[in-house]
Formats: sequence, structure tokens, C-alpha cells
Amino acid sequence: MSESAQHADIQKTMLAQQKSEHRKKQILNLVLLALLLVAPAVLYPVFLMKILCFALFAVAFNLLLGYTGLLSFGHAAFLASGAYTTGYLLSNYSGLTTEMGILAGTAVATLLGLGFAVVAIRRQGIYFAMITLALAQLMFFFFVQSEFTGGEDGLHGVPRGYLFGFIDLSDNMNMYYFVLAVFLASYLLVQRVVSSPFGQVLKAIKQNEPRAISLGYNVNQYKLLAFVMSSGLAGLAGSLKTVVFQLASLNDAHWHLSGEVILMTLIGGTGTLLGPVVGATFVVNLEYQLSQGPLGDWVDAILGAIFVLTVIAFRSGIIGEVQKFMRKNLS
Amino acid sequence: MSMILGVPLAVLSGQLLLGVINGAFYALLSLGLAVIFGLLKIINFAHGAMYMLGAMATVILFDTLGVNYWVALFVAPVLVGCLGMAIEYFLLRRIGGQDHIYSLLLTFGVALMIQGILTNIYGVSGLRYSMPDVFKGGMNLGFMFLPYYRAWVIVMALLVCFGTWFMIEKTKLGAYLRAGTEDSQLLQGFGINVPLLVSLTYGFGVMLAAFAGVLAAPIYSVTPGMGSHILIVVFAVVVIGGMGSIAGAIITGILMGVVEGLTKTFYPQASSAVIFLVMVVVLLIRPSGLFGKEA
Repeated sequence: MSESAQHADIQKTMLAQQKSEHRKKQILNLVLLALLLVAPAVLYPVFLMKILCFALFAVAFNLLLGYTGLLSFGHAAFLASGAYTTGYLLSNYSGLTTEMGILAGTAVATLLGLGFAVVAIRRQGIYFAMITLALAQLMFFFFVQSEFTGGEDGLHGVPRGYLFGFIDLSDNMNMYYFVLAVFLASYLLVQRVVSSPFGQVLKAIKQNEPRAISLGYNVNQYKLLAFVMSSGLAGLAGSLKTVVFQLASLNDAHWHLSGEVILMTLIGGTGTLLGPVVGATFVVNLEYQLSQGPLGDWVDAILGAIFVLTVIAFRSGIIGEVQKFMRKNLS
Repeated sequence: MSMILGVPLAVLSGQLLLGVINGAFYALLSLGLAVIFGLLKIINFAHGAMYMLGAMATVILFDTLGVNYWVALFVAPVLVGCLGMAIEYFLLRRIGGQDHIYSLLLTFGVALMIQGILTNIYGVSGLRYSMPDVFKGGMNLGFMFLPYYRAWVIVMALLVCFGTWFMIEKTKLGAYLRAGTEDSQLLQGFGINVPLLVSLTYGFGVMLAAFAGVLAAPIYSVTPGMGSHILIVVFAVVVIGGMGSIAGAIITGILMGVVEGLTKTFYPQASSAVIFLVMVVVLLIRPSGLFGKEA
């Protein structure tokens, strides 16, 4: 066999492999989707919605950490700004349909993200983390002192209202499928973004920023866009959460939540699409199970310990480890 | 009574004094962060927890063993310093070659653990600690009343800051440290035990935080959560000053305390936010910080 024929052969098998891998992924996605569709028949819908909201939050966060290499320690600010905006609008303007309130919350979070990004992308690495943390703390004080947030009390009894004016969201099943639809749409959007040429540049920035600069990319513009997108989606997660729980409070703005979303993403697997979803499911579930048992008071300490363990022992997260395992044993 | 810009002089100077004291704490904490950052290139997220541990240790040592303030002033930082060295040896060292983001996350996890455990044992409301009798009372300076303990805090903080600056800039050990900051591999090549130096540096930085904690115990409420808020403020201070120099960290710390005190006098609503606002302005004008060297 000539060398070029051999080469073509290898290419063919590689293509076939890629195709079969792609098919496997598609099947996996369909199975997951089917599970999500029937889940509320078995599990409590509000609990599932909580998982979906935090999964969306983590997916948004991962767009920055996993695909752009920027560690934001202030993502709670976006979740909270979405949550408060939606909560305030739906509580005070009964004419608004629910999706309008959610859109407004997302828009406010996106704008806030733009403000954060303009300041924070001036520094890199750990400085970036410190700056976002400080800015989020600034927002926290703003939320504490503002009237529209209800201060220490927060906003209670936010009406879920009617989607598009006629779908009653006070019904948990309607609410669940709405949240699921928004989650899936956002997930697909992120998938689209990271596999687009734009997403490739983001990955290049993550891997080697000076190189990306020398190749002529305006790195700061890419970072800015990624940051704004991520904060907008985080705000969307916050808006949804407010509608589901009919509540927006200072917990949404606390740095603790910014840390938690990092843990979710890290434990699921940074830089993978499914990782943050798995991580959010894990963390929300763990917190729920712990709060039921005798270890209820130890949640913080246990989360901290998991943080330490994850960083030391398995930095690639659950999905990352599974991928490694599959590559080793199944190919 | 004399007034300045519509504010009584006594009120203004009182707030200024509080500002200088807060600034002294910011300086001590950001100094420790800068020392650790210099050699390990990591931001120690557990710094607030170490500050809290220093204060908690002071109270707990007194309540259980009757250890008095003067002994605690030495024992508590040493204990916390040893804990810090253990953290460096058993945890941080394992991820030495990884992206610095991971060490930041690791120390964050450690902070969560420490704070979570202490909250469980001692609750969120905190412990009481009464200051030694020597410090009760104060002196009248004519324009203001200066409590003895506050004067003591300022003097001690300045002494420790100066001592640290002297040690790093003027002694042989400090020269090793600075050499390690430049190129730790080369330093190792000269026969210096760099891993030991790293452990000691982390332990020392953490000791500074714990020392600040001991100083804080008699005047602030000692709670397991006391470290996390001040840490975020200190991060802002560090961004404002830049990690360039030891002296820069000290000066920025005290300056920001004063700025905060002044804001409390003239526009109290903004006092908790002002340092973050200064950070934003500094970042917009001079991204590398007031004393920062790197671009």
C-alpha cells in the first residue's frame, strides 16, 4: 500500500470514529432529554426546577472559566440583579406578563456584566478574580441599602403570573416545562457559541493569551463579549429562580453563592458542556440531603472539604474523569 | 467647639482615628497577602480565616486555659502560623505546578472549612473578650479622646509592618526571599532550601494575619465570620495598591482606612462601598495599581 493510500485510510477510520462518537453523544443527549421530560412525574418539580436554575447558572459561569479561562468570583451579583429586577417588576406591575419580567431581569444583568467587564478585564488571572469579587461586594451593599430590594427582608410572594398572558405558571407542571425550555434553549446557545469560530478564539485565549494577541485577535473584545454573555445568562438563571420560588433575597447576592457556582462547575468538569449541569445537580442534591440529615449544620464545612478534595485529587471533574476513563478503556 | 466643613472637630478626629485603626488592620492583612504572593504567586483566600483564627484563638485560650493577652499575642500567631505551614505542606504543595487559579480555589475551600467548623462549634453570634486592665481608659488630647488600646493597636501594627519591611528589604533572609521571588529555581541552584523557604513564607504571612486577629479581639466582635468580609475589602486594597512593593501595601492599607473614616464622617451611606469605588477608579486610570510594577 502506498503511503498516501495509508494516510487516506487512517483519515477514514478517524472520521468514522468521530462520527460514531458524535452519534454516541447524540444518543446520550436524547436519553438525558427524555429523562428531563418525564422527571417531574417521579420527582418533586420544584426541586427539579431548582437544579435546572442552578445548572443554567453554572453553565453560564463555565462559559467564562471553562472556555475563556477567566475566573469570576462575583457571579452572584448577576444572578441577584436578575432576580431582584424580575421580582420587583412582577410584584409591582401586574400588567406585565412573566416572560417580560424575566427578559427585563436578564437585560439588567447583561448591562451590569458590561460594567463589570469594562473594569475587570484590565487585569488578568487572580487579579481578575479579586476585582470581580470586590465589585460583587459593592453590588451586595447596594442591594442591602436599596429600597426596591426590600433590604434585609428581600422580596417575598412574587407572583408567578401568566406566561405570554395565558399560561398559568402557578401550576407547577407548566412552570417546570417553561423552566426546562428556557434551560435547554440557553444550553443549546452556549453549545453553539463554544463550537463557533468565536468560541474557538475564546479557547485560544484560555490556552495562550499572548499567542492569541500576537495572532492579531483583539483579546479584550472577545473577553468582554464572553463576560457579557455569561452575566446575561446568569441573570436569566436568577430571574427564573425568582419566578419559581417567588422570592429574591440577599442570599442571591452573597459571595458564598459566587463560590458555590465555582464548586458546581469545578466538580462537574470545567470546559465541558455537561459538566456544570452534573455539578449543579450534585451540589444542590448534596445540600438537600445534608439539610435533611444530622449533618445539616456542617454543609459549609463539607462543601469546603469537597472543594479542597476536588482541587487536589480530580481537577477535571466528574465529566472530565468519565471522559478520561472512556478514552482509556473504550477506544 | 471648632468645626471643619460643618463637622465638629472631635467627631472628625474620632472618625479619622477609627479610620487609621481600620487602616492598620488592612495594612497588616495586605502585607501578609503581599509576602505570600511574592514567593508563592498565589492569593491566599484563607487569609481572612487566619485573621479570624487569631482572634478566636485569643478568646478560646483565655476561656479554657486562662492564657492572658500578652501571651496570646505571641502564642496565637505561632499556632496559626504552624497551621498555615501544615496547609502549605500537605495541600498547596501538591498542586505546585498547576495554574494559580487552583491554589486560589484550594485556599478558598480551606477558608470555607475552617469557617464552617468554627461556626458549628461557637455559633454565629461570636465570643466576648475583655481587654487587659492596663488598656482601660484613655487620654484627652485636647481636641479628642484617645483610648489607650487604640493607640496600642496603631503602634503595634506600625512596628510589625516596619519590622517586616526591614526584614524583607534589609536582611539576608529577606534577600533570599526576594531572590526566590525573582527566580526560585536559580535560588535552589545556589543551595538554598526553597521548599522550606516557601513553607516559612506562607507560615509567616499567615502569622501576620493571626497577629492582626489578636489585636482585633478586644475591639471587634469575635465571630467565625469576621474574616470573610474584611478579606474582600483587603482584596480591593491590594488591587488599589498593586502587589509591587511591601511598602506600597502598608501605605495603601492605612490610606484606605483613612478614606473610609472620612467617608463615614461626611457621607455615611457610602462608607462600606467607598473602597470598592476607589478600586474602580484606580483600575480605570492606572490598571496596575498605585504601586504596581507590572503592566
